[in-house]
Amino acid sequence: MSDRYWEHFHHEADIGVRGVGPTVADAFGEAAVALTAVITDPATVVGRATVAIRCEAPDPELLLVDWLNALVFEMTTRKMLFSRFSVSITGQQLHGTATGETIDIARHEPAVEVKGATLTELKVFKDNHGLWHAQCVVDV
Amino acid sequence: MDISLFERMSDFAWRINPSGNMRVPAIIYASEDLVRDMDDKVREQIMNVATLPGIVHAAYAMPDAHWGYGFPIGGVAAFDADDGGVISAGGVGFDISCGVRNLHTGLTLADLLPLRKELADALYTTIPAGLGSTGRVHLNKKQMNAMLEGGARWAVEQGYGTTDDLAHIEEYGCISGADPTQVSERAKKRQQDEMGTLGSGNHYVEVQHVDEIFDVSAATTFGLHTGDLIVSIHCGSRGLGHQIGTEFLRRMAIDAASYKLRLPDRELACAPILSPTGKDYLGAMRSAINCALANRQIITHLVREVFARLFPDNRLNLIYDVSHNTCKVEEHVVAGQRRRLFVHRKGATRAFGPGHSAIPEAYRAVGQPVLIGGTMGTASYILVGTEQSGHLSFGSACHGAGRAMSRRQANKQWQGRQVIDQLAAGGIIVCSPSTRGVAEEAPGAYKDVSAVVDATADAGLARKVARLRPLICIKG
Repeated sequence: MSDRYWEHFHHEADIGVRGVGPTVADAFGEAAVALTAVITDPATVVGRATVAIRCEAPDPELLLVDWLNALVFEMTTRKMLFSRFSVSITGQQLHGTATGETIDIARHEPAVEVKGATLTELKVFKDNHGLWHAQCVVDV
Repeated sequence: MDISLFERMSDFAWRINPSGNMRVPAIIYASEDLVRDMDDKVREQIMNVATLPGIVHAAYAMPDAHWGYGFPIGGVAAFDADDGGVISAGGVGFDISCGVRNLHTGLTLADLLPLRKELADALYTTIPAGLGSTGRVHLNKKQMNAMLEGGARWAVEQGYGTTDDLAHIEEYGCISGADPTQVSERAKKRQQDEMGTLGSGNHYVEVQHVDEIFDVSAATTFGLHTGDLIVSIHCGSRGLGHQIGTEFLRRMAIDAASYKLRLPDRELACAPILSPTGKDYLGAMRSAINCALANRQIITHLVREVFARLFPDNRLNLIYDVSHNTCKVEEHVVAGQRRRLFVHRKGATRAFGPGHSAIPEAYRAVGQPVLIGGTMGTASYILVGTEQSGHLSFGSACHGAGRAMSRRQANKQWQGRQVIDQLAAGGIIVCSPSTRGVAEEAPGAYKDVSAVVDATADAGLARKVARLRPLICIKG
């Protein structure tokens, strides 16, 4: 398996998003792809515009929630979907970008809208192989 | 879940006695089969709720309970502010005041059949549904604040519906104590294009027919007869409520330490009701309740516009409007003492019994209508609150079928097109912008709503009045 990937994990009513990568920032970026995949196939989202995002939180777990919620906010207010992400984390601050395009309902067929990232199953940790995992349940 | 972990109080009530940090027992109302099918997380979460400060009497889970975040969905808990009681953003949910509203069309199944396809198409093109959709109502700052203070009452003043509607909405269409200054600019921005929109997921507008009457007296009081055509609307406070939930969940998680709250899990983030955080959340949450009531009122107006085009002589009357994600101040008698409590219902419907002053005068003698949304392929129900629901569950009942399968599993198991075709063969028209969304909402992904409703009735939480079958379903 690649050292950088995203996946969904089981939750009865909602859905878990998980990003994995060599650094915390990589894991956050992959978790963002998992977030988009809750809504549509990320491969269908073309990179036409980039949005800058900044967050600050007292710990890595809340920083992940803030990052995902910032993306939810940008998606809903700009009516965009994103498929490419860059993240850099310094201390308690995150600087990121999200690249994507305006929602095309016929082409993207959005399955659900994400209401927000929750604190449920919220974890940011390094596994035994040195890979970072960033995950939580999102409410849909 | 392992049934041996519970003390059987009756065939439909299961108790976990306090242990560890639990301050009160946890009680699940359900049949043995439903309890066995519940995720272990329901037990874990309801036991966690029982540890929260100021909780009164017991933490409850309804027959449709499933794994939520913090509180289980289908969770009910009441807190006493004067006893250090807390309020929890997770105990209300992100979709604040999500609920169900039923309208009587004044038509019957026979009236609909020749125009069923036209009606489905007209509803689908008129009611904005799904991610990326935009409502026709856009509010400036002043109007937004007026809406957050006025709820459905504000919507009626703007011409969306009539004053007669207000009598048939919980809180008579407007909850007091809303404080729009506690609603962030980001929350208001999320709402700017979303007034009068349905959303997605399990939200819908359905045209249904009354398939069976169980309680003739209550049905007559609610104006229901076999064959009657009903419109059911299921949605909530849209982006504004979601953003309030997001922001206060975070704030409560951070502030918990300063309030010396020792939480078993961060997801239970809460704040003392009387603290600045608790008071701010109450003001914001009540604003979101009004937003949801206004939203369903505007959608009602859109539905009436569509019916007026196709059935010019008829009039759609509001039967009732319930919210199932709320925290409300109510008086309940606990151990013989009348107490003012903050009752959280997360995926649970208020179900007050006969005589309660909160029930509209026309229904007061029989009890509050309890509207239960089913799946697009099965049935929905109208129940009525019972006298005993007050002491059984702080006057609460189930809210829907409850998911039995995750969205991921459902998406693997079904194809949306196939679900739409199968339902069409059974006489149900489904309109949705997303076939994947339909697959995730496939009827088989939910518990048997009839089993949930039967358990609710058998537990004494509410009484069955009527069953409704879907004919048209508009999904987001």
